[in-house]
Amino acid sequence: MNRINQKLEEDKKLLSIYFTAGYPNINDTVSVIENLEKSGVDMIEIGLPFSDPLADGPTIQSSSTKALHNGMTSERLFEQLKDVRKTVSIPLIIMGYFNPMLQYGVEEFCKKCQEVGIDGLIIPDLPVDVYNDNYKSIFEKYGLINVFLITPQTSEERIRFIDSISKGFIYMVSSASVTGSQSGFGAIQTNYFERIAEMKLKNPQIVGFGISNNETFTQATKHAKGAIIGSAFVKHLTTNGVDNIEDFVNTIL
Amino acid sequence: MKKTYNINEKGYYGEFGGAYIPEMLYPNVEELRQNYLKIMAEPSFQEEFNALLKDYVGRPSPLYFAKRLSEKYNTKIYLKREDLNHTGAHKINNTIGQILMAKRLGKNRIIAETGAGQHGVATATVCALMGIECIVYMGEIDIARQAPNVARMKMLGATVVPALSGSRTLKDATNEAIRDWINNPVDTHYIIGSVVGPHPYPDMVAKFQAVVSEEIKRQLLEKEGTEDPTYLVACVGGGSNAAGTYYHYLDNEAVNIIAVEAAGLGVDSGESAATSVLGKEGIIHGSKTLLMQTHDGQITEPYSISAGLDYPGVGPMHANLYKTGRAEFIAITDDDAMKAGLDLCKLEGIIPAIESSHALAVFEHKIFKPDDIVVLNLSGRGDKDLQNYIDYFKL
Ligand SMILES: Cc1ncc(COP(=O)(O)O)c(C=O)c1O
Repeated sequence: MNRINQKLEEDKKLLSIYFTAGYPNINDTVSVIENLEKSGVDMIEIGLPFSDPLADGPTIQSSSTKALHNGMTSERLFEQLKDVRKTVSIPLIIMGYFNPMLQYGVEEFCKKCQEVGIDGLIIPDLPVDVYNDNYKSIFEKYGLINVFLITPQTSEERIRFIDSISKGFIYMVSSASVTGSQSGFGAIQTNYFERIAEMKLKNPQIVGFGISNNETFTQATKHAKGAIIGSAFVKHLTTNGVDNIEDFVNTIL
Repeated sequence: MKKTYNINEKGYYGEFGGAYIPEMLYPNVEELRQNYLKIMAEPSFQEEFNALLKDYVGRPSPLYFAKRLSEKYNTKIYLKREDLNHTGAHKINNTIGQILMAKRLGKNRIIAETGAGQHGVATATVCALMGIECIVYMGEIDIARQAPNVARMKMLGATVVPALSGSRTLKDATNEAIRDWINNPVDTHYIIGSVVGPHPYPDMVAKFQAVVSEEIKRQLLEKEGTEDPTYLVACVGGGSNAAGTYYHYLDNEAVNIIAVEAAGLGVDSGESAATSVLGKEGIIHGSKTLLMQTHDGQITEPYSISAGLDYPGVGPMHANLYKTGRAEFIAITDDDAMKAGLDLCKLEGIIPAIESSHALAVFEHKIFKPDDIVVLNLSGRGDKDLQNYIDYFKL
């Protein structure tokens, strides 16, 4: 069974953390992952940096620019992750934009993911229908779960469709926004969280975008299975480097 | 099915196009996709669009037989005078169409990206015309090098927002506009400035620019007794003036198509914007097309003296024209473009935009026959480029 599915069966609210690979320093990738696991994080999204991350706000974009400047590439990331499964057992997901994967070769990319022990992918700019028509069989061949996004604007019909083709969890984008642009959830989010909960989807949902502290984590996971923190953690890395990751995680849980 | 170089029902030109967008953009783009053809076909839309093109833009633009230029190159050269349009370039054809589209979609806030500022000015202009709020994203570096257009946009009531991310030029301005649209999914329409971006943008913008080739057919018939030139020539940045020039001739292979890209300091110099030669298939701004990128799939920064040709991608229509061989692609350096621009001033009394000067330089690179009819889109006038011409020629 895929590690993501196993994790989703645990009877607890899940904390997933996003960070940009190769940031702040090129060789920090694995030590960030190890420290996150040690600190009690349930799942990790490893950001493969891209020059033009359309769905991201300034924090993640500038960490991506820095990581690329540090020399991060797809190849380099796979090298860094070569032995990660000797020390890390929580689910690992690569989050990245489609073009670098396309250039690497989608099948080759998926194969490498399987070799190093990646469990799933989040590719914001790979549309659901293109995935379904062209890439689904490749992802499945290498045991990878593709995670789809929904937003407050996604129609009920489309949510049902996305639920029907999802195999792990649904990434619930908390608001109409890029990453890192929210502070706190209001009535609109609460209504949206409730609306989705009432749909009784087959796949559990994990909320992302706008979660930065214990309060927003608690709000987001009232109905959902878990929450993802990105920009707030990247900011922590910017200030502290790989030190004190546990302190950051403790402020959330 | 009949072979076509136009778009198919799935939003692709051959293998290029589509809508590679994050889910956050899906409702906006889908709303547009479902409505754009319907809206464009409405008689009231057509009427309003055509009336504005006529009385506000000044269409039809003349198809001018360039006698002295023709004598110099011993062929028949016609210039499609998009430079005479209001705001000085072809860009306004698209922004007129899109502002009417936005109104019918019930949007009350407009965003746009701009490089040189031409599309920004054309967007600010139509927003002023309609009394709609306008926000233009522009790379911080471009703001510094295109001060007159920034001032124009401000005078027209637009807010110019500097794009501070990445390389702080056109591609980053486009990213920022897309992010704005993600953050404002309900009330905002994004007016893209060329035949780029996710489907349906390339098709919609091409259809608004198609008025250019519609007029060429009529005007050429009047002047030469045939609708069909031997060659069509246009410069390609994103490809909108070219798409307009080719549109009604795409599937008429008796008409040869030439697309002119900016070679910058030379195709192999590392300072170039010749996307077809240097680019590889990939995804930029939601479209599968040819783009300049690293081996690892990171989008790279192009260079051209012409800010309007300085885009690392190219519209999917043109990627397909390149791939299929339907169009001949020629890359023109800064130097050759500047010379051709000055030449036109001296021979015909027309100061062209530097983008259009690239197209004009084909006559030094390709020999045409005396009875060839060459129609070239003079996409814009050179007023905006005066400082560049001054610096280059030490005027
Ligand atoms: C006069 C002129 N010509 C051409 C272009 C290039 O754009 P496109 O390839 O979309 O026609 C521009 C863009 O700013 C322009 O201002």
